[in-house]
Amino acid sequence: MTSSGSSVNQTAGLPRRPAPGQLNNESTEGQDQNNAMRVLVIEDDRETAQFLQKSLKENGHTADLATDGEAGLSLAADGAYDVLIVDRMLPRLDGLSVIKSLRAQGNRTPVLILSALGEVDDRVKGLRAGGDDYLTKPYAYSELLARVEALGRRTAPEEQQTRYTVGDLILDRLSHRVTRSGEHILLQPREYRLLEYLMQHAGQVVTRTMLLEHVWDYHFDPQTNVIDVHVSRLRAKIDKNFDKPLLHTVRGAGYTIRDGPG
Amino acid sequence: MTALVERVAKAASTTAFGLSAAAVAFFLFAAAIVVGFLFWQTNNLLTHQVLGVLTAEARILSSEMKVGGQAKLAETVGAMSRLQGAGLYYLADDSGAKIAGNLNRIPPELTDDPHGGVFSYQPAGDSTGASHLAVAIPVDLGPDNRLIVGRDIEDQRAFADSIRLAFLLGFGVLSILGLLGGLAVSRLILNRMDAITATSRSIMEGDLAQRIPTSGRGGELDALAQNLNQMLDRIEGLMNGLREVSDNIAHDLKTPLNRLRNAAEAALRDSRGAEAYREGLERTIEKSDELIKTFNALLLIARLEAGPLEESVETFDLGSFVEDVAELYTPATEEAGFALSIEAEKDVFVRANRQLIGQAVANLIDNAIKYSRGGEPGSTITVRAYRDTGRPAISVGDHGPGISADDRERALKRFVRLEASRTQPGTGLGLSLVAAVARLHHGEVRLTDNHPGLKVIVLLSARCLIASADAAPSDVRAGIAAQ
Repeated sequence: MTSSGSSVNQTAGLPRRPAPGQLNNESTEGQDQNNAMRVLVIEDDRETAQFLQKSLKENGHTADLATDGEAGLSLAADGAYDVLIVDRMLPRLDGLSVIKSLRAQGNRTPVLILSALGEVDDRVKGLRAGGDDYLTKPYAYSELLARVEALGRRTAPEEQQTRYTVGDLILDRLSHRVTRSGEHILLQPREYRLLEYLMQHAGQVVTRTMLLEHVWDYHFDPQTNVIDVHVSRLRAKIDKNFDKPLLHTVRGAGYTIRDGPG
Repeated sequence: MTALVERVAKAASTTAFGLSAAAVAFFLFAAAIVVGFLFWQTNNLLTHQVLGVLTAEARILSSEMKVGGQAKLAETVGAMSRLQGAGLYYLADDSGAKIAGNLNRIPPELTDDPHGGVFSYQPAGDSTGASHLAVAIPVDLGPDNRLIVGRDIEDQRAFADSIRLAFLLGFGVLSILGLLGGLAVSRLILNRMDAITATSRSIMEGDLAQRIPTSGRGGELDALAQNLNQMLDRIEGLMNGLREVSDNIAHDLKTPLNRLRNAAEAALRDSRGAEAYREGLERTIEKSDELIKTFNALLLIARLEAGPLEESVETFDLGSFVEDVAELYTPATEEAGFALSIEAEKDVFVRANRQLIGQAVANLIDNAIKYSRGGEPGSTITVRAYRDTGRPAISVGDHGPGISADDRERALKRFVRLEASRTQPGTGLGLSLVAAVARLHHGEVRLTDNHPGLKVIVLLSARCLIASADAAPSDVRAGIAAQ
């Protein structure tokens, strides 16, 4: 890494949108590569921070580092970032205070909180302080990437869309009707919400935990892979009788819905 | 001897002694006020009497003077002076020469005082030579005569002295007895305290089995000792639990850690190279995920046992929530070859931690699926949410091999995996977590026979139940209506 002496480690000189050649094509994550994001990582553990910076760069994003709360706050307030990754326990100014100050300044940048603290009410405190998502350490990098990309997309206008389209699959949010190649597909309410969430994040990886949190609103460990069975039932309804599969399993990460090669 | 001194000194420095000394001092102070007042009153009364007599005599003598002049007065005074009594007289002419009376001179204490007063004199008849106390007033007989009428009040003084002595003696005896009593009481308490101190010292040195002796007479010291003993029981239980946990951690965490290490080593030694490394790394991640799960469950249990989680309590319909969680498992249950039956009573509104209740239900259904495999093929797992005599309850029953009555208590403990389940995957923390969630909601977990199989009942406290649907906030009902 370039500067190890200062607490702020700016990746100066890196292009806002890297050329396609700089992208890591080995990535199995299947993220939308046209959607490079500027991410600020505020994390005091240098090794973790540099791992995140390197990994995010491999996935086509740019990442700046701050190793304490004050440096992070000033960087976040100045720079136009798409997503902030904030550790809860930071020197000088703790993560929740950083988020509170940003929100008080009217800064609405999506924030992913990283924490080694337990899940039960720390999560509630984190979200109450203005965080948008919460991830407990230790986490899988694929989980973090999926969440960062989902947060980055949050500001996109498609959230207000009344209809989602992936290939020939159409979900109409007003009539709650799902059709593929003009053929009506009958879904259970839960299957409908599952599909809606997947299509809302079309082209992005959605992890099992994200599905559990957003489709079911459960923040606990279901012990077994219950989500897989639900997804395979949904898949049977939308993909089975058609040539081209749209709902793909991303190994080691989760699922993605997209019109393209699996 | 020095030991006795030491013991007395120790007793004297106790709170009990301090308190009894303060009580004695206060009592003495109160008694001194009362006695002082009585003494003052009595003295006043006696003085008044004497003054009354003197005034009467003065009046008689001045009428003698009016009737018979100075000679008659001198005769009467002379006669009265010769009487064996307490009366004292002194009559002089205007030049100051004594005419009659039993006093030799005007007492120096009275020469300047026109109202009379107290003085001391040397009585003629007293062979001991001690001076007596007396009181006298001057009688106004015109400028030619000077007459003083007085009374010996030595008796009154002796009376006052003896009263003073009696009180001083009484006070002395009272304070000594009071302080001795205080010392005795504090010795008694000190003995009990010494026992408590000795016990706590040996506990601090590591002997948690020690208990404070009780006298068996009841009373506040026994109550204190019993409370402390109960606290010690709880601490001992927690310590034993901790010891058990660390033993189990050694087993349940070290084993997978060792497996993880073995997998990595095996991959490194594998001659296939890159492909084997990849497999090895994937296996390593998988195994570390299992470890993380165990850690998370352990931390969560520790967290729940540490105290309430006020921040995240919400009001919700237990029936529809349990139904909801069970539905999440329906496809997985069917995939495993079992049926899931859900019986949810309506309108059981509770104030509880929704996520933790969800976790508990998830753990129970997950266990039921795992253990059903050992029993009747194709059997039904029944999930119920209901009201049990005013308490919100959840039950999950399976038709697996069940748990024998002797093992049920043990099964709720952390890390305990009954032999039958050793081969099953899992952290061994599932039921303990359910028990911790129940305890957090002031409830309990009961394991019963499902004829055949196991039925786990989670009973929450009646406090968690919201009386009726009307009491539930409107947003909750709206949320339910939307479903």
